Amino acid sequence: MTKKTKTMNLNFGPQHPAAHGVLRLILELDGEVVEKIDPHIGLLHRGTEKLIEHKTYMQAVPYFDRLDYVAPMNQEHAFALAIEKLLKIDVPIRGQYIRVLFCEIGRILSHLLNITTQALDVGALTPSLWGFEERETLMTFYERASGSRLHANYFRAGGVHQDLPRGLTEDILKFCHTFPKIIDDLETLLTDNRIFKQRNVDIGIVTKEEALEHSFSGVMLRGSGIPWDLRKSQPYDCYKDFSFKIPIGKNGDCYDRYLCRMEEMRQSIDIIKNCINKMPLGPVKNIDGKITPPSKKDLKNSMEAVIHHFKLFSEGFRVPSGEVYTAVEAPKGEFGVYLISDGSNKPYKCKIRAPGFSHLQAMDYLMKGHMLADVPAVLGSLDLVFGEVDR
Amino acid sequence: MSITVADLERTVNSGLTTTIKKSEINFDQLFIDVDIENIISTILFLKTNEKCRFKQLIDITAVDYPEKEKRFKIVYLLLSIEKNLRIVINTYISEKFEVPSITKIFPSANWMEREVFDMYGISFKDHPDLRRILTDYGFEGYPLRKDFPLTGHTEVRYSETKKKVVSEKVKLDQEYRNFDFESPWEGTKYINKEEEKK
Repeated sequence: MTKKTKTMNLNFGPQHPAAHGVLRLILELDGEVVEKIDPHIGLLHRGTEKLIEHKTYMQAVPYFDRLDYVAPMNQEHAFALAIEKLLKIDVPIRGQYIRVLFCEIGRILSHLLNITTQALDVGALTPSLWGFEERETLMTFYERASGSRLHANYFRAGGVHQDLPRGLTEDILKFCHTFPKIIDDLETLLTDNRIFKQRNVDIGIVTKEEALEHSFSGVMLRGSGIPWDLRKSQPYDCYKDFSFKIPIGKNGDCYDRYLCRMEEMRQSIDIIKNCINKMPLGPVKNIDGKITPPSKKDLKNSMEAVIHHFKLFSEGFRVPSGEVYTAVEAPKGEFGVYLISDGSNKPYKCKIRAPGFSHLQAMDYLMKGHMLADVPAVLGSLDLVFGEVDR
Repeated sequence: MSITVADLERTVNSGLTTTIKKSEINFDQLFIDVDIENIISTILFLKTNEKCRFKQLIDITAVDYPEKEKRFKIVYLLLSIEKNLRIVINTYISEKFEVPSITKIFPSANWMEREVFDMYGISFKDHPDLRRILTDYGFEGYPLRKDFPLTGHTEVRYSETKKKVVSEKVKLDQEYRNFDFESPWEGTKYINKEEEKK
């Protein structure tokens, strides 16, 4: 006689520490085996795209900080690049270097959080304590440059908001010398750790073909062995000037993705060091007064500067009509902005392409046949932040 | 072997001939216009053709032009990792039209089409699971349409008397104010000028 089994439905979230935010998963379980997953998202939906349509281009920048709030400047970068393309303006070299510098800091911020919380989800507490200490240091760099630890609002169309304060680059260099030791320490805790490997090796395997089919990007592609990185293949700003390696995985499982992220942090440190050593002097933003605000000094002496300032902060600047799609390699994958301008001072349409959206979509396919306990491990390795998934 | 955007434009134009209504290169990206009836064959061609290999669907979105007869523009963004190229496919539809779903070609189109449905109310034919995705359970209206107000129609709060969350009509102490900062000297359409054009 065969035993009749009934599938059981289980609600995971919306408030679950391993969901990395507000995610509700409806799991269909056969015993402990997952048969189907139906993710319910949108619990953090704030209508970013609608809000951006009602704001001038400069007022829209802060919304990008609030998408993937773990690496805010990377998102601003995509938006700034889109506007610059439509405006057909250049960014001074120093501005480009500062942007690259902070994008790489953002990458480390994001990977540090992801690796350590993924370890936390599978039972290791210490890495997160170590990692958060370093994140705090990195966020003080953010604060010194932009005035804010998290919501930077620093990258603007035409460059960055202001030049770096004195002494910041030296301190970042110092950090670059001490940080590799921290990565090594984290690796001793995790890479050969028996429990960590048991929880991650051969879990959530993605083949090359499937990774493409499911619109994966970033580490999710590279973990499956596809050497694709927008910083190399479609370089933006001054990424051409740097040589760095792109780590790729072999098996496409959670463990490979973890290894990729670890190596990417080391590469980022190299880029940061190079960036600071090569950084030229000069202006940090486009000097066209119609696009970037004048300096405080000019405001005291020049009537024209006062007019520009007033117009920029009331009307904003107009962007010639056109449509463009720009993408950057954000820490989580391809972050894109599809921008349509109708020639006015506000975007007509701004579609945000968040990498996490397609990654989470594949949850059902990734988890089929896995055990319930693997759900947090796979969720962790997808590197989701609900700010960007829900928008 | 890498090909340039101009090569791609030639390939696409010769491969799809009459289906392409317009093709142009802006900012090093190829934009093509096709009829909605041909969308499936176009995407299949782009995905399988030797010289294109657009194997990755980046996004699907819509744009609302309420004043036009064909109100919505559906936009498909594709990426070819092999050739390192991007393509943007534009197609125009009227409000009630059912767009053929491309979930059979790209499984990842599932949520993207759901999002377009949720935000614009455009329905997709043969979609396996067309539900709302980003908005709240029981939400009404299509937020990204231009005629949907920024403040929305309803707001939720916890009612102490009913001991549950209730949704009510939005009540604002001050109406949403849309300041028109656009320069009165340039850009404003003067009545005389518009009349002259007519």
